[in-house]
Amino acid sequence: MPETVLNIMIGGEAGQGLVTIGQLLAKSLVRAGYFIVVTQSYQSRIRGGHNTYTIRVSPDEIQASQESVDLLVALDKQTIDLHQDEMSARGLIVVDEAFDRRGDNYVLVPYKQLSPERFANIAGLGVLSVMLGLDGPLVATAMDEFFGKKNEEMVKQNSQVLVGSRAWAEALDKSLARRLPAVTNPQKRLLMNGNEAIALGALSAGVKFLSFYPMSPATSIALTLAAKAEAMGLIVEQAEDEIAAINMALGASYAGATAMVSTSGGGFALMVEGVSLAAMTETPIVIVVAQRPGPATGLPTRTEQGDLEFVLHAGHGEFPKGIFAPGTIEQNFYLTRRAFELAEEYQGPMFVLTDQFMADSYRAVTPFEVADLPAVRPIELQILPKMNYQRYAITESGVSPRLLPGYTKHVIGADSDEHTTDGHLTEDLAVRVQMQDKRYRKLTGLSAEVTPPECRGEEHPDLLLVCWGTTRGAVHEAATRLKTEGRSVGTLHFSQVWPLVPEQFMNHLNGAKQVVAVEGNATGQFARLIRTTTGFHISRQILRYDGLPITPEYILKNLASV
Amino acid sequence: MVSFEGYGNYETAWCPGCGNHAILEALKKALVTAELLPYRVLIVSGIGQAAKSPHYLNVNFFNGLHGRALPAATGAKLANPDLNVIVESGDGCNYGEGGNHFLAAIRRNIDVTLLVHDNQVYGLTKGQASPTTAEGFVTKAQPAGVPSIPFNPVAVATAMQAGFVARGFSGNVDHLSDLIVKAMAHPGFALVDIMQPCVSFNKVNTFAWYKQRCQPVSEDHDPTDWEQAMKVAFTWGDRIPIGVIYHNQRPAFETHFSALKRGPLIKQPVNTTKLAGILESFA
Repeated sequence: MPETVLNIMIGGEAGQGLVTIGQLLAKSLVRAGYFIVVTQSYQSRIRGGHNTYTIRVSPDEIQASQESVDLLVALDKQTIDLHQDEMSARGLIVVDEAFDRRGDNYVLVPYKQLSPERFANIAGLGVLSVMLGLDGPLVATAMDEFFGKKNEEMVKQNSQVLVGSRAWAEALDKSLARRLPAVTNPQKRLLMNGNEAIALGALSAGVKFLSFYPMSPATSIALTLAAKAEAMGLIVEQAEDEIAAINMALGASYAGATAMVSTSGGGFALMVEGVSLAAMTETPIVIVVAQRPGPATGLPTRTEQGDLEFVLHAGHGEFPKGIFAPGTIEQNFYLTRRAFELAEEYQGPMFVLTDQFMADSYRAVTPFEVADLPAVRPIELQILPKMNYQRYAITESGVSPRLLPGYTKHVIGADSDEHTTDGHLTEDLAVRVQMQDKRYRKLTGLSAEVTPPECRGEEHPDLLLVCWGTTRGAVHEAATRLKTEGRSVGTLHFSQVWPLVPEQFMNHLNGAKQVVAVEGNATGQFARLIRTTTGFHISRQILRYDGLPITPEYILKNLASV
Repeated sequence: MVSFEGYGNYETAWCPGCGNHAILEALKKALVTAELLPYRVLIVSGIGQAAKSPHYLNVNFFNGLHGRALPAATGAKLANPDLNVIVESGDGCNYGEGGNHFLAAIRRNIDVTLLVHDNQVYGLTKGQASPTTAEGFVTKAQPAGVPSIPFNPVAVATAMQAGFVARGFSGNVDHLSDLIVKAMAHPGFALVDIMQPCVSFNKVNTFAWYKQRCQPVSEDHDPTDWEQAMKVAFTWGDRIPIGVIYHNQRPAFETHFSALKRGPLIKQPVNTTKLAGILESFA
């Protein structure tokens, strides 16, 4: 691991303001030109418990989280007990002097002297920012922006605490500093997490309607869009349940609004009949599923890649769909856009599969040039009547021309029953076969537009690591470290996991001496999908399903045993 | 030109003597009276015999899932408030499978007209009890008689102060048609619960049974008087009142969305300047 990388963990009870320290520090670091990867670990409760906000930071690009901790800011004693075994050799633990801890690796902060109790987190931020060598004004500005919306008195008091705690920290012994290498000429980057990038990608695509029912870790997608609804002219509606959410979105899409829903596994289970309805009525919809460990309620605030097969097979009957699995914040943005494009082009359900790790992971990203990205227009508003318009006309591509109700003199029908070309229900079994074939033909077009997997490293490596979705960063970093040890390694990352086009990747699988799948689930679902699609059996697998994200260390540690 | 013929004449899959035929006729008459052109009308339905109605009308239609007509209609109305949106489905679809959506639609007060074909039994699945089936009614699925008390949609809607609550009868087409016109004109959620016989599976609540009981509300009934309306809503026995039972002037759901003040959503292009500004706030 390069010495320029530092892993900072802030831990404490819910309600102690640790996310505030984390957010302000993350903002300051990105503005100073650093790359960061945030990992949030929290319990499903409002107050108490044990939560952490971890920022991995480096002047060089990083895309993965790290398990060993270099700087632990423990806001309670429990945090020390739970994480002291994770400390790196040069690790420091920043604690309240009142905790009565002793040792060379402790930084004892006189919180009582530096701040009133309710601003203790800001004192922690002040000390931390000095230890990292961050400029005072940078942190102060981030803080003012954050609290500025609240009240003046609070801003003033916070500001006094920040100045005081920084002054105290300046006097600390130099051995307790963990100054980051300065970034000369810092580039302008945005600080956002995966869910925010999905929301922004949707806005860029021209989303006009989102309906949802709150469920971790998907909720922040809807909240981000709700905050921008007035400015961007869209409707965000909290539905009475997930069943209502998807049916509302389909009604909106049928009537011309570019529509999406966002949920997690349990909520998606309720939506499944609606997925089938989207396919049958050929109504465009983007469905975001943010995974968390199941079955049932599972671990509501943790991460997993356990719903791939569920989403892949969701919906009764047989119909085409596409599933994206972004591996970076940028991919969350661009592939969400792509999902909207394909939903519109192929008139059916398109999925974005993410998880809690990515949903909550703040990172530094190069700004998107949204002015150059065209919105997905549902269709031209065709006012002029065309003769003999048939909503479900049989075509070679399987895609029939879609008009919107109310914008043409034609009446537009959509039916969940098997139907004739004008949308009316039928029990003509020959028509049934024609229609099933027509709908399924869309898979051919969809397959021709698949985003190919990303292959890095040698063409015929001794070891090929295969992964999908949010594990991309960890796998790439593990491969880089193996390469520096002289190993022959390649990686293959899928950001679209369905449809699979074997021609895009079989040469890589066949060309490697050993292939290992890396997945965040218990049974190797993607490896199984590869096998059922291509016959290629990836028997060696590194799996993780304890609710935590896959890290480079986890891969390297487990590689020996596969 | 809006005409009765313009709404089409289709062969239906309904039993001869089914109340659906008369409801379809009343609806067509109402659409003509309201001078609505077919392409301005959207009928959303669920699943059941009643839900087939839009297939027998020349209008836009979205025949969705069992119980889910109201959410789909809500989405469509929000996407394009210029559409006149009607939901048409049965008692099982709206009050059973879609019960939660019925309550939510009333609370939202979305400008949708809900026509419920209420024959107190499941027709398409051949005669099981529905949410409005009388206690003790014997079916093959409930051989010892229905143990639950029936759902009273008119009372529930009135209790929740729905925008517009009415009950009609398929045996009085002109009266029903007039109710539908009023319901469509109401700017908010409007329920018309329509009593109808099921000639195949309900041998108790027959045409004669309804004909004898369904009588217009008294002339001095004031539908803006909620307490009076609650009494009427609970009247069920030898006399079943039909007519407008309750209404109020609560603003329709779609008036609360600032995005819709600029017209239907599809007519609003993405403002990339504003979007660039939003992205800047992440810097």
